[in-house]
Amino acid sequence: MNSITDSVLLAAQLISRADPELWRIVGLSLRVSTTACAIGAGIGLCLGAWLAVARFPGHGVAIWLVNSLLSLPSVVVGLLVYLLLSRSGPLGELGVLFTPTAMVVAQSILVVPLIAALSRRLVLNGLRDGGDQLRSLGAGPFQSALLMLVHERFGVLTVLLTAFGRAVAEVGAVMIVGGNIEGFTRVMTTAIALETSKGDLPLALALGLVLLGVVGVVNLVVIAMQGRTSLEREVYV
Amino acid sequence: MDMITRRWTLVLLMASLLGLAPARAQDKFIVMASTTSTEQSGLFGHLLPLFKQATGIDVRVVAVGTGQALDIARRGDADVVFVHDTAAEEKFVAEGHSVKRQPVMYNDFVLVGPASDPAKVKGNDIAAALAKLHGTTAVFISRGDKSGTHAAELRLWKAAGIDLATGKPAGYRECGCGMGPALNMGSSLNAYVFTDRGTWLSFKNRGDLVVLVEGDKRLFNQYGVMVVNPAKHPNVKSALAQQFADWVVSKAGQDAIASYKIGGQQLFFPNADR
Amino acid sequence: MSSTLLPPVVEPAAAANADGRAAAAASTLLELTQVGVRFGQVQALQGIDLVLRRGDRLALVGANGSGKTTLLRVLHGLVPFVGQRRVLSIANGRTPVTAMLFQRPFLLSLSARFNVLLGLWLRGVPRDRRQDRCERALRRVGLQALAARPARALSGGQQQRLALARAWALEPDILLLDEPTASLDPSAKREVERLIEALAADGVTVVMSTHNLGQAKRLATRVAYLDAGRLVVDLPVDRFFNEALPSEAARFLRGELAWT
Repeated sequence: MNSITDSVLLAAQLISRADPELWRIVGLSLRVSTTACAIGAGIGLCLGAWLAVARFPGHGVAIWLVNSLLSLPSVVVGLLVYLLLSRSGPLGELGVLFTPTAMVVAQSILVVPLIAALSRRLVLNGLRDGGDQLRSLGAGPFQSALLMLVHERFGVLTVLLTAFGRAVAEVGAVMIVGGNIEGFTRVMTTAIALETSKGDLPLALALGLVLLGVVGVVNLVVIAMQGRTSLEREVYV
Repeated sequence: MDMITRRWTLVLLMASLLGLAPARAQDKFIVMASTTSTEQSGLFGHLLPLFKQATGIDVRVVAVGTGQALDIARRGDADVVFVHDTAAEEKFVAEGHSVKRQPVMYNDFVLVGPASDPAKVKGNDIAAALAKLHGTTAVFISRGDKSGTHAAELRLWKAAGIDLATGKPAGYRECGCGMGPALNMGSSLNAYVFTDRGTWLSFKNRGDLVVLVEGDKRLFNQYGVMVVNPAKHPNVKSALAQQFADWVVSKAGQDAIASYKIGGQQLFFPNADR
Repeated sequence: MSSTLLPPVVEPAAAANADGRAAAAASTLLELTQVGVRFGQVQALQGIDLVLRRGDRLALVGANGSGKTTLLRVLHGLVPFVGQRRVLSIANGRTPVTAMLFQRPFLLSLSARFNVLLGLWLRGVPRDRRQDRCERALRRVGLQALAARPARALSGGQQQRLALARAWALEPDILLLDEPTASLDPSAKREVERLIEALAADGVTVVMSTHNLGQAKRLATRVAYLDAGRLVVDLPVDRFFNEALPSEAARFLRGELAWT
């Protein structure tokens, strides 16, 4: 119990002191995870929309694959990306291992199946309601799928928030491909892992609370954005 | 579809602002593979700024277990290796991954345990201490993670004439974890733990534990530095890496090492001239 | 109930002489010959012969499940079928433009205006014409004031008017309507009927399925009765309501009339 009170106080101290090292770590966490989600969204939303409407032999296998990859452990993704980006690996020439770029790559791979599977579900639900009518308006199947994503944009936002949560909370991938280099590739989760392994539990917990706070702020911002527009939707004549 | 194009432009703008492609003029830097216990001792925080001052080179430390550090170097993903497992390092050189291994410094291991010392191991003979421990039911926490510390621990059991494969002491527990967690476990179980002095000095959660065995020459933990062989990995920044190796064995580097203290106590003892 | 073996009672709306037939043929837009549609085990349509001419206002009546919706979809080209479907080109050699209205219109969760623009965009109307046609269509149905509102926040009647605007903006030659006023209250129903009449007066060929025989009497020039996937009766409106019809049709009429 003592640890927890200590940690809350420590967390408050860290934040009020505006510890530069802490903010650098927080900033990097946010940058890496939001970039990964942006990339993941670009690929995942198209993939999800396409999977919802495409019909080709083996299309069931593709869906099964995407759904299975949802549970891919982050440490496995980290390992695979490490082998890919290592100097002894196929993409070694790029020299991006142990840099934030590698971390973005790993997290993007992590969130694409999540975004694809969930957005496919959104599109299918939408098409059930209005697929026929969009077709009668002259929309092709992929066009209809994309229009459904626009139609269900609040659902898409939730999907992206979920992906962001997965990315910002994972430690396995960024630890392996980033190397947890102090001042360069250290993020919130790897810092927490480090302090835990050093035995400094109050500090680790404090960092955990800071991370929770940061994620909470992100969610607040998104809800506020959503709230303004959803208010209009409440007006039923 | 103006709205849709607007959305996408926004997304792309944000993505680029978030600095996915920094492409700033890079300072000189090298990647060093080292161990978690070395980084956690705080040595690098003290040593590397001095090195940067002297040469302008940034050292990016990837701190993992000894086995993983050597593997990273073997793949050419690091420019220089700085670990403390002489046997593994010599094998590394023999395999051609490095041209030369240079000794740099040593720190020592200690055996910590409950102040009451139920197994009566206190003293300065580690082999005798382990032999005594073997005969009791006192709990002993081993890292069990193939780290340099774990390897040293196994060598000392052998030196004490004990074959762990056939007969572990009754209280032997392997946690497969790092030094910090092992000490945490020892502290909560009031057990004996084999640890490096550096981690022990920074460890805050001691509980009832104190140092019981120290000073035995066999407890000395030797560090070596190796530049990764550019012949095997042409991408290695061998010139810059060599500057690091040369600096750390030079007087400037050795003095820097000696000057690092925790609570007034020196942790590492330079011995590059050996 | 569908045991009728009599050939369907059909008559062209124009005079049945050589010139009349030529004139009738010249204004034919769509022709279905022995069309059948099957969904799994269910035969939704069977042996449909239908000629749709320019200026027709065809009402499709029949019980639920008789195939009215499926027939509309076949006319639009939305479902696979067996048999022949010929779409004839009009004046300057172009294919007739078809638009369809559904009982509950699907509107995207965007503004009313945007929903109309979407229809224009999907049909490939060039950008410079879109804004103009959109505004005119919205004005026509009386929704200009609500153009910026979220489409889903409109009332049922307003939404159906919006769907009409969406269809109107496409300048269709053929407008298909699937029970467009079934879920509307009486005043909204009248509004929508008025707009359909305006569209028909503009020269749009209208095919509308309805439960409401009064509506059929008011709006149609021609009425077709469907029974279990077969087109049993196809007559000009005055003849449909005043002549002796096959027994099922007559029974249906009596039953439905009781409700109008």
